[in-house]
Amino acid sequence: MTTPLIGGRPTLRQLAVAERTVGTITRRRIVSAIMAGVIALMAIITTLPLLFILWHLAREGASSLNVAFFTQMPKPVGEGNAGMANAIVGTLILIATACGIGLPIGIGAGLYLADFKGTRLATAVRFLADVLNGLPSIVLGIFAWETLVRPMGHFSAWAGGIALAAMMIPMVTRTTEEMVRLVPTSLREAALALGYSRARTALTVVLRTAMAGIVTGVLVAVARIAGESAPLLFTVLGNSFWSVDLNQPIAAMPLQIFEYAKSPYDEWHRLAWAGALVLIAVVLMISLAARFATRSSSHRGSGD
Amino acid sequence: MTERAHDAATWPRLRVDDLTASFGATSAVRGASVDLNDREVTAVIGPSGCGKSTFLRCLNRLHETVPTARVEGRVLLDGRNIYATGVNPVAVRKLVGMVFQRPTPFPTMSIRDNVAAGLLVMSPRPSRKETDEIVERALKRAALFDEVKDRLGEPATALSGGQQQRLCIARALATDPEVLLLDEPTASLDPISSQKVEELVYELKRDMSVVIVTHNMQQAARVSDVTAFFLMGELVEAAPTKTMFTTPKDPRTEAYITGRFG
Repeated sequence: MTTPLIGGRPTLRQLAVAERTVGTITRRRIVSAIMAGVIALMAIITTLPLLFILWHLAREGASSLNVAFFTQMPKPVGEGNAGMANAIVGTLILIATACGIGLPIGIGAGLYLADFKGTRLATAVRFLADVLNGLPSIVLGIFAWETLVRPMGHFSAWAGGIALAAMMIPMVTRTTEEMVRLVPTSLREAALALGYSRARTALTVVLRTAMAGIVTGVLVAVARIAGESAPLLFTVLGNSFWSVDLNQPIAAMPLQIFEYAKSPYDEWHRLAWAGALVLIAVVLMISLAARFATRSSSHRGSGD
Repeated sequence: MTERAHDAATWPRLRVDDLTASFGATSAVRGASVDLNDREVTAVIGPSGCGKSTFLRCLNRLHETVPTARVEGRVLLDGRNIYATGVNPVAVRKLVGMVFQRPTPFPTMSIRDNVAAGLLVMSPRPSRKETDEIVERALKRAALFDEVKDRLGEPATALSGGQQQRLCIARALATDPEVLLLDEPTASLDPISSQKVEELVYELKRDMSVVIVTHNMQQAARVSDVTAFFLMGELVEAAPTKTMFTTPKDPRTEAYITGRFG
């Protein structure tokens, strides 16, 4: 008898019921095991594309990864020793520009949404931020071309940085809002009760407490914009030469990968694979950093 | 409140005069008037939802930070109405310290920085050395210093619940407030920690006025000189604690104290 019967000796009636349920219980166990297996399989399938991509990139691109790849400029086919130093630096510059523009606006907007959550402006901003978040990046790129590149008369790193910032802002805004809302009211009130002004409370207590979560959100946003190519096609154009001038077209890794990949040369194809490998490694590292930022703050209070 | 059995040299530090506090259309406290004396502990008792916490939160103008909250009437702190036009609530809160039901240490700050948090908004702002001295003194007054003196730089969240609550008391004491408000400070603590906090309250009244909201009538009887009883937003009765617990005037007070409801 496997059925647990509570309360001393079973009555005859209980025994009869138990006998009948033994069969169903065996059946339930089998169904349960099958379903657990099915969803475990689905869980594994979820990770397959990433594993497959990583494996493929490593196989195709690793051979072209050498010091020259990180230090040299793109070169004509056959010269050898080609790299994408300008694109790596260009992508870093674009990310920095996007962060410089996007973070203050995004975090400020998030603070507003959390602190004035019931107002009409907050409701409207929250909704529009979500819409902007779902906007296809190519639409954003065309828009940036129309409003920035055309009036300026030429492609520029500025235009790309602004387009990427526009992608970043809604993500940062919503994360900041969520994280600030997680800070308990009791903590705000404790700060107010000490004689902190509302602004000081928001900046030194609320924002600092929410900081780990906001950093995570920012890193996720950075990881996403780092690999964007559509908005950059219309704004920074790409550049085969070394340029760090924000007013000029600038090289970017996604664009350089595209450039190499669409060429007919095997050598360039290998460079494209290598570029993709580096790009994905960068994004992966940012994601790991985001993980680490959340973990370290939840385990200890992160004193100063 | 004519016959006062103890030290007659005290005076009302806070005079609450016809105080009404509301959330939107519902009033949580209606027309409360009471004197809160210097160097005395006033206990505020009453069943859940009777308005005792709201009453307390009016004394440092914290009630109004909640959306739709409103306050009418006067609260005189050393003779000056804290609700007069032109009075900055932030300035009021520097003079009236508060400790909450659950410990509220700032999680991003060390033990030392938590205690020093209120000093950052004082003017003139104490120097680093002065701050260290004030922190030590406040921790000693909160009977926590011996337990944390070797780890002042550690995060405050590493402390136990009872220690965190005493840390919050130290934080409130560091700025040397005139009045200390305690909102059920032992409700989330174990009996031993509760006892420590109670002993502390008894010590603190030597140089300030203490107001403690409590659910626990034994606690009110143990620590307070005066007890105020709230029922459904109304201040039913306020009297010396002894009188209150032996010969209450109002039959509702008697019913509550003898445990017939609540």
